[in-house]
Amino acid sequence: MGARNILKIALLGNPNSGKSSLFNHLTGLNQKIGNFPGVTVDKKIGLSKINQTLVAEIIDLPGTYSLYPKSLDEQIVFDFLNSPNDAHYPDFLVVVVDVSNLKRNLLLFTQARDLGFPVILALNMLDIAKRAGTNIDIETLKKELGVPVVSINARNGDGVDLLKTAISCPVHNAPDSFLNFKEFAPELIQEIKEKFSIKNNYLALQIAHRYKEVESLSENDKKLIEELKIKHGFDSVLLQSKETVSRYEVIHEILSKVEKKGNTAERERLSYKIDKVLTHKIGGYLIFFLLLFLMFQAVFAWAALPMNLIDSGIAGINDWLKNTLPEGPLVDLLTDGLIAGLGGILIFIPQIAILFAFIAILEESGYMSRVMFLMDKIMRQFGLNGRSVVPLISSVACAVPAIMATRNIDNLKERLVTIFVTPLMSCSARIPVFTVLIGLIVPKEYVVGIFNLQGLALMGLYLLGFLAAILSALVMSKLLKTKEKSYFIMEFPTYKMPRWKNVGITLVEKVKAFVFEAGKVILAISVVLWVLASYGPSNKMAIAEDKAVVESKQKNLPESEANNLIAARKLEYSYAGYFGRFIEPSIRPLGFDWKIGIALITSFAAREVFIGTMATIYSVGDRSDDSETVMEKMREEINPETGKPMYSIAVAFSLLIFYVFAMQCMSTLAVVYRETKGWKWPALQFAYMTLLAYVSSFIVYQLLS
Amino acid sequence: MAKATRTAADLKIGERGVICCFSDQEMSLKLLEMGCLPGSEIELSSKAPFGDPICIKVLGYSLSMRLEEAATINLM
Repeated sequence: MGARNILKIALLGNPNSGKSSLFNHLTGLNQKIGNFPGVTVDKKIGLSKINQTLVAEIIDLPGTYSLYPKSLDEQIVFDFLNSPNDAHYPDFLVVVVDVSNLKRNLLLFTQARDLGFPVILALNMLDIAKRAGTNIDIETLKKELGVPVVSINARNGDGVDLLKTAISCPVHNAPDSFLNFKEFAPELIQEIKEKFSIKNNYLALQIAHRYKEVESLSENDKKLIEELKIKHGFDSVLLQSKETVSRYEVIHEILSKVEKKGNTAERERLSYKIDKVLTHKIGGYLIFFLLLFLMFQAVFAWAALPMNLIDSGIAGINDWLKNTLPEGPLVDLLTDGLIAGLGGILIFIPQIAILFAFIAILEESGYMSRVMFLMDKIMRQFGLNGRSVVPLISSVACAVPAIMATRNIDNLKERLVTIFVTPLMSCSARIPVFTVLIGLIVPKEYVVGIFNLQGLALMGLYLLGFLAAILSALVMSKLLKTKEKSYFIMEFPTYKMPRWKNVGITLVEKVKAFVFEAGKVILAISVVLWVLASYGPSNKMAIAEDKAVVESKQKNLPESEANNLIAARKLEYSYAGYFGRFIEPSIRPLGFDWKIGIALITSFAAREVFIGTMATIYSVGDRSDDSETVMEKMREEINPETGKPMYSIAVAFSLLIFYVFAMQCMSTLAVVYRETKGWKWPALQFAYMTLLAYVSSFIVYQLLS
Repeated sequence: MAKATRTAADLKIGERGVICCFSDQEMSLKLLEMGCLPGSEIELSSKAPFGDPICIKVLGYSLSMRLEEAATINLM
């Protein structure tokens, strides 16, 4: 460990072993997530106060069953443990194992231990297992495994203190490995150790297995290992299978000394009973559909009140500022630019929080893997995989973590198809646009007493996105050819009550990420837009203003109408107006004018910018003192050519459809680039979705108008 | 009926079998890691609505897999 002042610890464990809960107990809200968040997708790092003098940096690694990666998620773990130069490379590991399945959980432990890391074993849920009569002789287990063993309960945090004590004490290095390396290509191991100056036997063996994927090896090194492999007749598949079997033999022997299995059938039987209902032929789908339905109703109905409060709060602050501060461009920038933009971000917090809460609960309870089970056969018809359901459902929150969640799909083709179609699912950033436009054209009525009509419309749009996603997947899977096998070997976790603390932390993290990540973009764009809409090239705006003044006098317009005319003309000749009118000819067939054009351009950064843009554009054009909501302003907007409201059914639907299909999110493109390691897929995706949006909007507008 | 090897895909709900070996070596690596060891007993606990994937009990936990994957697990 040397002179480094911060201890670095990595948490390792099977999926569902309680690793993430332990991480939350150790770090609380004191966590940082690399790039964008995803439930257990990316490297999560947090600080934990171990005692008065010691602080540890804790890394939560993705759940894995073995150190031989079978999926990209597991590949991350393998790479991480094999990169001593990484800034977060751990001083030691805490391996979390679920006692209810000790045997399988210990496989990973013996591998990690053999890599030479100091390890602390955290036995999770021993108290629950004890109630069922299972007993584990911890003292003997310590001796057999040669590492500190601590019993914890990651759900309520019992034993975390003991774990911290174990962390603060020096960790002993047991000399023996669990594997007898004499049986596993000893000459090859020896040669690799010498050639690459590696000390650890198991690391050398792993490199012999996985050299093609090890990034630190050069092409020459890889060729060298290839030759060594042939020279020693190294059969990778055979030896891996032999290794796993021999590890299980060792584990079996140890467990026969320390574990007394009780009657664990109780918990299983309950899970089994729940499964009978939730994975039922008809009932299973019905329940799944009902849950989704409830989710969308909640997003619309429950979020309404807090959203109204935020909305009127922001409007109130703006009014107060406008009345108290002297008039001037800086005050305008503050109120119409900054605060209007800020309000555009804050107002979506309730909806995003509700959506993420639902998804977190579904994942926490263990229901999500049943959904994959239910959907696998159906998804396969469309070239997807049961596991594609999680990215598709998560992408109703945000496509970025959803695309990262595709790492669990081990088949490359199915993964690519999933990545390609995921952004078609309607994400939370579309909610603002949907909310406002649905609010404009769909009456706020209830059908059959309980179904909010607007909620139904919203669900319809989500279904449309889902249909587009699976149909696109079908087409794409026909176009892509591959021979790679697809797996669906997956653990069914037993049902658990969601850990509310985990749900809460996920929620706070997601909302924070939205406010700060998306907020930065929205805020910056609002300010830029305010400038572009308030100023124009040379004196064009002044000329337009003068003309409008003359025109309104000629027409003898009342003052308020005259003011609106002047404001509208000024906007038309501002920089923003020029941009909007530049693209107007291309979007006119869709029913959009140059004002919508400006919003379309800005929302290629992020969709939710649309409303902020609309707010800024209409605020700038609004001379009246009363702050109205964007929706009211849009409702009052008159089409100068027809004299009727601008947002007719045809225009609003055309715009809705455009937002359902169009790829308007820089973050998504960036994450697709990162996940597919190239610009080919993001470029194709962008072209495909934009074209799909344009054509569909065109059809909708032409049919409805 | 005893001509072809029986596999995990042939099990009926509630029926048990003992794993003998695997017919697909690549696939066996994943199955072994998940605890499907030669000599261990498995039980078919449920099937998804269209009969595929299936869910088996092994090592005291539930593991789901597709029929084609189950077909690579030969039973004794």
